[in-house]
Amino acid sequence: MSDRERRLAAVEAERQKRILILDGGWGSMIQTQGLEEEDYRGGRFCAHHKPLKGDNDLLCLTRPDIVAGIHAAYFAAGADISSTNSFNATAVSQADYDLQYAVRDINLAAARIAREAADAAEAQDGKPRLVAGAIGPTSKTLSLSPDVNDPAFREVDFPQLAASYQEQAEALIEGGADLILIETIFDTLNAKAALWGVWEAFDKTGVALPIWLSGTITDRSGRTLSGQTTEAFWNAVRHAQPWAVGLNCALGPAELRPFLAEMARVADCPVSAYPNAGLPNAMGGYDQDPAAMAEHYSEWAQAGLVNILGGCCGTTPAHIAALARAVEGVAPRRPQQPPRAMRLSGLEPFTVAG
Amino acid sequence: MTTANPFSNFVIIGERTNVTGSAKFRKLIEADDYAGGLAVARQQVESGANVLDVNMDAALIDGPSAMTRFLNLIAGEPDIARIPIMIDSSKWEVIEAGLRCVQGKPIVNSISLKEGEEAFLRQAKLVRRYGAAVVVMAFDEKGQADTTKRKYEICARAYHLLTGHGFPPEDIIFDPNIFAVATGIEEHNDYALAFFEATRMIRESLPHAHVSGGVSNVSFSFRGNEPVREAMHAVFLYHAIREGMDFGIVNAGALAVYDDIEPELRERVEDVLLNRRSDATERLLEMAERVKGGAKRKDPERDLAWRGLGVEKRLEHALVHGLSEFIVEDTEEARQAVSRPLHVIEGPLMAGMNVVGDLFGAGKMFLPQVVKSARVMKQAVAHLVPFLEEEKRLTGMAGRSNGTVVMATVKGDVHDIGKNIVGVVLQCNGYDVIDLGVMVPAEKILDAATEAKADMVGLSGLITPSLDEMRFVAEEMKRRGMTMPLLIGGATTSRTHTAVKIAPSYSGPVIYVTDASRAVPVVQKLMSPEDRVGFAAETRAEYERVREAYLASQDKRPRLALAAAREKGLRPDFSAYVPPKPSFLGVRDVSMSLAELAPFIDWTPFFASWDLAGRYPAILQDDIVGEAARGLFKDAQAMLARMIDEKWLEARGVVGFFPANRDGDDLVVWSDETRALERARLHTLRQQMDKGADKPNLALADFVAPAGVGDYIGGFAVTAGVGEVEASERFKKANDDYSAIMVKALADRFAEAFAEALHFRVRKELWGFSPEEAFEPAAMIAEQYRGIRPAPGYPAQPDHTEKWTLFDLLDARTRTGMTLTESLAMTPPASVSGLYFSHPQAEYFGVGRIDRDQVLDYAVRKGWDIATAERWLSPILAYDPARDAAKPAGS
Repeated sequence: MSDRERRLAAVEAERQKRILILDGGWGSMIQTQGLEEEDYRGGRFCAHHKPLKGDNDLLCLTRPDIVAGIHAAYFAAGADISSTNSFNATAVSQADYDLQYAVRDINLAAARIAREAADAAEAQDGKPRLVAGAIGPTSKTLSLSPDVNDPAFREVDFPQLAASYQEQAEALIEGGADLILIETIFDTLNAKAALWGVWEAFDKTGVALPIWLSGTITDRSGRTLSGQTTEAFWNAVRHAQPWAVGLNCALGPAELRPFLAEMARVADCPVSAYPNAGLPNAMGGYDQDPAAMAEHYSEWAQAGLVNILGGCCGTTPAHIAALARAVEGVAPRRPQQPPRAMRLSGLEPFTVAG
Repeated sequence: MTTANPFSNFVIIGERTNVTGSAKFRKLIEADDYAGGLAVARQQVESGANVLDVNMDAALIDGPSAMTRFLNLIAGEPDIARIPIMIDSSKWEVIEAGLRCVQGKPIVNSISLKEGEEAFLRQAKLVRRYGAAVVVMAFDEKGQADTTKRKYEICARAYHLLTGHGFPPEDIIFDPNIFAVATGIEEHNDYALAFFEATRMIRESLPHAHVSGGVSNVSFSFRGNEPVREAMHAVFLYHAIREGMDFGIVNAGALAVYDDIEPELRERVEDVLLNRRSDATERLLEMAERVKGGAKRKDPERDLAWRGLGVEKRLEHALVHGLSEFIVEDTEEARQAVSRPLHVIEGPLMAGMNVVGDLFGAGKMFLPQVVKSARVMKQAVAHLVPFLEEEKRLTGMAGRSNGTVVMATVKGDVHDIGKNIVGVVLQCNGYDVIDLGVMVPAEKILDAATEAKADMVGLSGLITPSLDEMRFVAEEMKRRGMTMPLLIGGATTSRTHTAVKIAPSYSGPVIYVTDASRAVPVVQKLMSPEDRVGFAAETRAEYERVREAYLASQDKRPRLALAAAREKGLRPDFSAYVPPKPSFLGVRDVSMSLAELAPFIDWTPFFASWDLAGRYPAILQDDIVGEAARGLFKDAQAMLARMIDEKWLEARGVVGFFPANRDGDDLVVWSDETRALERARLHTLRQQMDKGADKPNLALADFVAPAGVGDYIGGFAVTAGVGEVEASERFKKANDDYSAIMVKALADRFAEAFAEALHFRVRKELWGFSPEEAFEPAAMIAEQYRGIRPAPGYPAQPDHTEKWTLFDLLDARTRTGMTLTESLAMTPPASVSGLYFSHPQAEYFGVGRIDRDQVLDYAVRKGWDIATAERWLSPILAYDPARDAAKPAGS
């Protein structure tokens, strides 16, 4: 049994017994470091022709110390799983910086840094930690046209996006990720392209990792950016037979709850949630404090809605520590097999009894 | 629109966005008029298509790019993109182009074994990877299947190949080929019949797979003769759906009503489709010539003969055929003929909708037609609303509200006819109705109810998934700490579903409202300060019984292994809980006078024992049985008075309390507080039905603490039947059977009342864990108190033999004179016995059916052999012991 298999088995056994803890936000943690253009460029990209400040994933190559520090802080706060700093590390997204050529290196580094931090944490207390290779939605969408005059136009197509995801996934696997986390899914068709790329990567590397999917409900209407309801989204991706499915970002815990309850109701696999620290304030920041969020986490856990909890934008190691305390000893949700039925969807679900 | 309708799950695939089937759509695409193409798609959705078929296979069209462009455009039209897409092409590259454009879960139409297994499985794997369901044509290396046998064999082969490679069977739709009949070629005569038969075989033998087909093929030889074609389609669907066809590619806007087809034409079409006579084709062709001229065509939109009917029949006709042209004038005519506008709704309009419901229930109308009917109904009601408001104003009802009801059709459902009618009827009775419309999420409903300080919430829905959504709303109400009543209505809802699934999810009253006519009395009761509590308690008790009956009948549901059920047992937290100690340990005699017992009598079972169905006291006012009930009740009261005065009966009983602890599913009763010596052991049975993740599988033992915590159990045996047999015999000898039965029925009531009164005393004083409890018979009948008193032989412990242990513990035979027959019946007949549990989480439940593993375990615990265990537990066995015993051991 490989190290990865041992870790996965150990965490899977834990998952049966308790709610697993994921890490918190990354963007806000990096922001507090007060990094400048030079930090992002480092030595390797000092002569790059475009400004690079804000390309957070690039820090895996140029300031690995900072990335490692954040992983370590989250593990110390009680996280079982930390996700790699690779949210935008696809050729499609890095094209904004003309850094397509660095994509493989960023992902390799992102996974290795996380792997080292996870192994170090495990060595300290003996508790196995997982690295989730983070795959974001990219800056393009397959279901919407950016051109109001040509609604049939698309900036990118499925094969391009799938190839871009495949490149990322191969490097994450190689760098030591335990899971693949396709997250912040605002367009389900992008997620299907990501799944396609990830499966191609599995076929190519001969390593198949558990896949975790996390969609994003953009507002209180209860729909993704591309218009799907929670159940329609689930129907469209359940063929992936994911390790877990859930929701993250966009909403704070109070607003997320009804949609999380919906996901908990329909999904036949473990359910995850990592909301933002409330809705953005007037300055675009997030300010719900750890204690306030912990109340919601605790209620969700008691209501049997979740198996994995963490935080998204604006959450910090303090939030994760409060979360871990709030759900300690609470039994996890037990996934249920729904009756066999053909579960189709457009923007809305449509079920035909089997 | 009954729940039994076997056709309500029929999936209509809109076919007009198919260039091979629609010349109009093909011309639009060829002319690059995609906006026109979108209009066709929208029309299909509006006409009721559940799935949209898109096909771009035409010589002058570049398939992949046309498919991509059209699907990308649909993605930007939420009213079309709402429903799933069927990507239809005979070319794989067109299918793949389509799969790369849809974010939902689509259906691929189609793949087949035409090019062999390898190509078939490769395409199936890709379909799965794109996350689609698939249509499989009955087509193999040798060609398209035309006989029943070939159709089925190819489908079965494809099914086993697919499922053997991990393709989910529920995502497979077979298309066993619909071919043209009445072509004049004799071999073709069996084509429709072969489709019907193959459909039945597929549905019977290939679990979870579906059947679809392109219906218009069947009438190909009648091109140009639309009346005959439509008749053939309607009749074909009628038969195919009966055999299990659950998808159909049809023109969603143009479905004929089976019953509307001229009977002679229908018979001749049926002769052809079912190949019932050798001259069927000639006879249909002969008739087609006549029909073509239009003389025989019954076109509801152009044939105005129905305008000569009376107004009520005209309204019915308009509703059944979805014709709105004359609805306002007909509604107005009907209104002028009655004294109140409401009577038009309750009279002819409801009658017309009932006809629609019956036709739909019989599979003679389809959902799109029903939607049209609903539209006409709405127009009629809309015409009446101003008159209803005016009436309200004149009668001074305006501005004076009797209460506020928030109503909505739940999320995922668009049906609102019933809800609208209920809304109108309630408003006419002076209630404020806040109607939130259709597709309303739980959050919005509950926010509105809270904000409006509503008196109750009403949920409606027609389709089955709405049932689940209603339960979700109930759960949300509970989570929010709401207490207002929740009303449930709509065609698929039922008393059983409400009782089993919804009521347990909410702590407030949950009431199933059968139809609009029941809405007003229910709302009135819930608003009445006098009736409210009693009505809610009665309903709760009634639903509890419905639940028990349902659970007991659910032998086919999956059950958990005993170990797994135990794993899911209720484990109350005893670490921070001190069990109450009874005021004494051991056994005491108790007696009460009949006069003291009379107020504890629950009269509802008394009427039930005389086969009068209904709840007391409402039964006395019941339209049907009210008169009989009043007479009976008067006689009972007279005899009751005599019984008390003349002391016909004597009530005796024993009650005891003992130190006890749970040991697995057993209860150990200790000799004394040192808890060292086991005096007796009570056995309990555990629920094995699959109750879902969050509901425990209960056994009575769960309500008692395990060793280490000082817990107790109580027991009682009471009778009010001392003297019963003698009194009854006296009347019998005087040929007064009526009074003889009455004595027994009343003695039974006294025994139950004794048990109820003693339990009250136990809670308040003898065990004393609810010293503050007030005497409220309604609440008591509804079992709204802490603690339970389950009896052996009843749902929570169906094993009657536990009475032996109980009677021994209580020394009941000596102390009361009560005995047990060999089949464990108590004598005198008017007797009750049971155990007492004090834990706050203790509740009544039904063990339901149990599996062999628990029977074996129970036999060991009881010291029985397996046959003895199976005999005593026979009413609750989930298996047939005779058949099971025939299996070799160890299997």
